[in-house]
Amino acid sequence: MKLSINNDIALTHIVTRKKQTFVAALGVTIGVAIYLFMNSLSSGFTNFSRDNIFQSNAHIKIYKSDELSKPLQENPKAITVIHNPQITTTSKTIINPQALLYRVKQEPYITNAVVQVDFVAFYNRGKTQIKGSGNGVNMLEYSNMFNTNKYMVAGSIQDLQGNLNGIIIGKGIAEKLSLGLGDNITVSSSYGVSKVLRIVGIFNMGNSLMDDSKSFVNISTAQQFLKENASFVTTIYANTLDADKTLGFVEKLQSLTEYRVEDWQTTNADVISGDKTRRAMMGAISLSILLVASFGIYNILSATITQKINDIAILKAMGFKGGDVIKIFVSEAFIMGIIGTVIGLCCGAILITIMSKVYMGPPVGYFPIKIEPKLFAQSFILGIFITFCAGYFPARKAANVDPVEIFRK
Amino acid sequence: MKNLEVVLSTKRLQKYFYEPIKFKVLDDVTFQSYRGEFLTLVGKSGSGKSTLLYCLSTMDTRYEGELNILGENVTGKKTDYLAEIRNHHIGFVFQFHYLLPEFTCLKNVMIPALKLGNRSYEEVEEKAYQKLEMLGLKEQALKPASKLSGGQQQRVSIARALINDPQLIMCDEPTGNLDSKNTQIVFDIFKQLSQEYNQTIIAVTHDNDFAKASDRTIELADGKIISHHKLFETSESE
Repeated sequence: MKLSINNDIALTHIVTRKKQTFVAALGVTIGVAIYLFMNSLSSGFTNFSRDNIFQSNAHIKIYKSDELSKPLQENPKAITVIHNPQITTTSKTIINPQALLYRVKQEPYITNAVVQVDFVAFYNRGKTQIKGSGNGVNMLEYSNMFNTNKYMVAGSIQDLQGNLNGIIIGKGIAEKLSLGLGDNITVSSSYGVSKVLRIVGIFNMGNSLMDDSKSFVNISTAQQFLKENASFVTTIYANTLDADKTLGFVEKLQSLTEYRVEDWQTTNADVISGDKTRRAMMGAISLSILLVASFGIYNILSATITQKINDIAILKAMGFKGGDVIKIFVSEAFIMGIIGTVIGLCCGAILITIMSKVYMGPPVGYFPIKIEPKLFAQSFILGIFITFCAGYFPARKAANVDPVEIFRK
Repeated sequence: MKNLEVVLSTKRLQKYFYEPIKFKVLDDVTFQSYRGEFLTLVGKSGSGKSTLLYCLSTMDTRYEGELNILGENVTGKKTDYLAEIRNHHIGFVFQFHYLLPEFTCLKNVMIPALKLGNRSYEEVEEKAYQKLEMLGLKEQALKPASKLSGGQQQRVSIARALINDPQLIMCDEPTGNLDSKNTQIVFDIFKQLSQEYNQTIIAVTHDNDFAKASDRTIELADGKIISHHKLFETSESE
């Protein structure tokens, strides 16, 4: 028995009032469980949409953007008038892409960079035609960056390497044209170039936008589709150390090149703002639930203090300081909070585990939720913090009890 | 002949109540109390005797004048410091026993000593048993405080007041709720404490028999001391 007397009193209050303790803890349990669950849900969705983005987007993208015609001469003394502004871009190419790629790779914060040649592709079989996008890439490097390897359902990415007549297509294209591995497919471009290519691989990214339209060929094959020379490159993709910290790097890279440098956040602003809205909403809802739960502790502690006002008075008469009284009642809130929070975390974990086993159907698959230690820690700290606050205010009221007023009654 | 050592003294103590109207409840109260003295404060209700006791107890700090306890001027000291003084040097006995109902009698007695914290838990427990034994309550030690009779509860609260061996014991109507038999017991205990242990007892009472039997009685009316019945010295010389 080595408890300090303050804790001893707190513990005795808790133990002799099991029902109230249980009710207060239950409130926190529900609050914490829902907070944890909703935030895990939100985080799961965010990760899911992020994974989707990074299937085809790198952290940073460098490309030539369209330019509008400008007045030939800016004259500060006269009104500059230009009629009919037009896009003046004649070619989408990045000039001397290898030098730029080399330079970009030199930057310490860049982990990986690849070049890509994009073209509009039409996949034909008989009279059926599907419009899609062709990507001329160095397949091994590309796969390193985008983990395409992971999504291959037939064939392999190695088979495309150096195979100028090979193509890897999405599962949706293969199904619609009823083609399989090793079959031939006629691909034509908007420049009128038509080629018969052999399917060396089929991928399934679980995203119909990709699976129904995307294909991969070698860079030189893509250049032929565009009737361009061997130095023609439309885009450079680069990955950085941390996807969330690209902002400064965009500016640095922009200073290296005249071409447009864009981070994935800008490219996918719509998805990200959707994520943010969802996170803010779920965060606000779950936080208010937790706040409401903390009122349980506040109420029960306030009631305890009103009931025990004589005890508080006598403790103060015997020499307990205001701080001691605060400690006693905050400890009580703390014990209730710990019990509630720990059980709440367990309930949250169970909810998450059950939810992660629910199959949502393609393209999502299983519910994108998992146990994230960071969120557990966050919920724990928040749960304790809120119960601490809920305990502190009634405790302060107790500390200010004037014993003389009580004894005179 | 006892050494007349001053334990507590006041100098021109004044206090006002402001509700419902400004009202002088203590007027120029100056007196001294000595080691080993059994002092009672009497007066009609509204005479200010309880108010005076709470000022002396350091719990009420809103007064004018000066209060010395054990040679130290405690007027204007911080409330936390005053709490320490109460913990060390003052024991309290109230009309309503104010035991903590969730705890055993033993634990109730131990609480002030555990708060003081200069003894180990085992030593405090030992001491609490001694005090309860002295008050004839050893058998009740492990019962919950709420299970005892009124007289027994009052004796437990006296034991609690004694646990830190305070120099001063202050009582507000300690026998107000007790039958005559228990009143006698409590009175005998106080007498024993002042004579054998040299503790100073200051008790507010309106029980005239109780007051008459004490060493000295201070009578208040309208916040003023109107008489010092039976001086301490004379009671000793008898």
